Amino acid sequence: MTALTLHGWLLAEVPVSKTQARCQRLFIGWLAFSRNPVAVIGLLIILGLVLMAVLAPWLTSGIALEPELANRLQPPGREHWFGTDGLGRDIFDRIIWGSRITLYIVGLVSIIVVPIGLFIGVVAGYIGGWVDNVLMRLTDIFLAFPRLILAMALVAALGPGLENAVLAIALTTWSPFARIARAEALTIRNSDFILAARMQGVGTAGILARHVAPLCMSSVIVRLTLDMAGIILTAAGLGFLGLGAQPPTPEWGAMISLGRQYLIDQWWVPTMPGIAILVVSLGFNLLGDGLRDVFDPKSGS
Amino acid sequence: MRAGSGLPAAGSSLAPSPKLVRIGGVLASLVLTFVGLTAITFTIGRVMPADPVLAIVGDRASQEVYDQVFLQLGLDKPIYVQYFRYLEQLFQGDLGKSIMTTQPVMHDLLRFFPATLELATVATLLGVFVGIPMGVLAAVKQGRWPDHLVRVISLIGYSAPIFWLGMIALLVFYARLDWVAGPGRLDVFYDGIVEPVSGILMLDAALAGEWDIFHNALSHLILPASILGTFALAYIARMTRSFMLDQLSQEYILTARVKGLPEWQVIWGHAFRNVLVQLITIIGLTYASLLEGSVLTETIFSWPGIGLYITNSLFNNDMNAVLGGTIVVGICFVGINMLSDLLYKLVDPRVR
Repeated sequence: MTALTLHGWLLAEVPVSKTQARCQRLFIGWLAFSRNPVAVIGLLIILGLVLMAVLAPWLTSGIALEPELANRLQPPGREHWFGTDGLGRDIFDRIIWGSRITLYIVGLVSIIVVPIGLFIGVVAGYIGGWVDNVLMRLTDIFLAFPRLILAMALVAALGPGLENAVLAIALTTWSPFARIARAEALTIRNSDFILAARMQGVGTAGILARHVAPLCMSSVIVRLTLDMAGIILTAAGLGFLGLGAQPPTPEWGAMISLGRQYLIDQWWVPTMPGIAILVVSLGFNLLGDGLRDVFDPKSGS
Repeated sequence: MRAGSGLPAAGSSLAPSPKLVRIGGVLASLVLTFVGLTAITFTIGRVMPADPVLAIVGDRASQEVYDQVFLQLGLDKPIYVQYFRYLEQLFQGDLGKSIMTTQPVMHDLLRFFPATLELATVATLLGVFVGIPMGVLAAVKQGRWPDHLVRVISLIGYSAPIFWLGMIALLVFYARLDWVAGPGRLDVFYDGIVEPVSGILMLDAALAGEWDIFHNALSHLILPASILGTFALAYIARMTRSFMLDQLSQEYILTARVKGLPEWQVIWGHAFRNVLVQLITIIGLTYASLLEGSVLTETIFSWPGIGLYITNSLFNNDMNAVLGGTIVVGICFVGINMLSDLLYKLVDPRVR
């Protein structure tokens, strides 16, 4: 298929197949998205993060985690782009490896939070009545909680560590997704196609899973992208306090915490990982803003 | 929020005013949230540790001490009885004893709270008085350079890790430029001179007429407050901008302009007045999240507030202190949120 006809196929007035309709929606979304340069920058940052994580073994000299005391506290230069830390480890290499941990945290929180939020929201919105009341009260309670403090208390009880930090963050992050999914489910509930599916004998569970939940996904994804920055910052904060990933894991927050004692004389040790956190959380915020403008132009600025 | 649900009076023959129903709704959810919050801290403190007694007495305690604490905690009773006892103690202000300071946790918290309050209040004020004009400016100059500048600043404000920003600020403004005082609330030789009346140092110093101390306290406060305020500023500027844009595109604004009103009056007298009502909730939210968010800032600046207290207690395995701090911050957080919600409902004529 040549480019011209592909273009024509993607923009055809009447799609002839399900696949074509889906591709068209994606393509039109992409057209709107790519017109927003800021959002594209965000996307590039996140793609860069993923590439960094995937290519880590080839981008680094591979000894990022091994102390090399003869090399300690080297300033940034040709040898070590971002300098070395108190144990002589290359900071650039450690940041590259740390991208895997950032993605791990973000990914793990997402796969815990999205299904829970989606399930509670969709059930509450579709079934309604007292079920809705109970579930939404529960959601409101979690929505009103102070996030960082609660995560700290939880980690204090469970013991410090990356997985416990993720769990604590997830517990305080799912509620907005339930609210969004509920709002969407409420508008979908009375649609004709839901009625049609019901008349074909599809059960409640089937309707929720196959017809309601997929339609909530776009708002959920937008919100998730916007929340990513918050998740990354909370995880880094827990890491900084010594409650998240433990050394020698090259988690960025923990790296800042270790580098804190060198702040005055070897400023690069705590500064570089902080820049990495800033750039990635900036990336997610930019991408999220862009996605929101595409999916939900009304609420955008 | 669906007002009035959970309130039996709603829709009864007495037909209370809609405003009362709304206030009742907010209060009902306040109580529910409080129950949820305490249920969680209770679970963290009593249910989750494999042996809560051991967590308190340590593994070197004798069997008698162990048994005594076991009975003291009421661990021989069913869980719900334990929970009600926990609530009962909470209402009496009894949060247990801190292992680290050997004082009642409540006593410690009262001592540390004013510092956090001072920091968060000044940070919020900075956010309000800088963020709102920035947001209004951005909206009025939409698409031009002031707008872009404000958007970039606020984007960085809520993307930057606050503890890192604080460290960089200390490096630049304290270590290199020496413009401000370093970590802590006061220089050592000023410590303990002023009688703590309110616990808010600057206020106490001013009351005592100790202007040196006042200046020193201000010099210590300005950096952490600005760092903490960055987040407030970013959020408030962003929301102000989007609320203002919303208002400026309304027809009544066009009417006002056609009528020949001067532009400043259109902006501040008409559009901004409507925005102000919406901003109440935003400012409340910000204040609450700063009270909580001060944990990291306090750690960086050795600011002796609740955040630092909780962090230090964490590392000493002082669960009573951690959970006591969590409860107090949690109650403030929930309370302020609900209060701003309530205020909004009372002020906004459309909700009324």
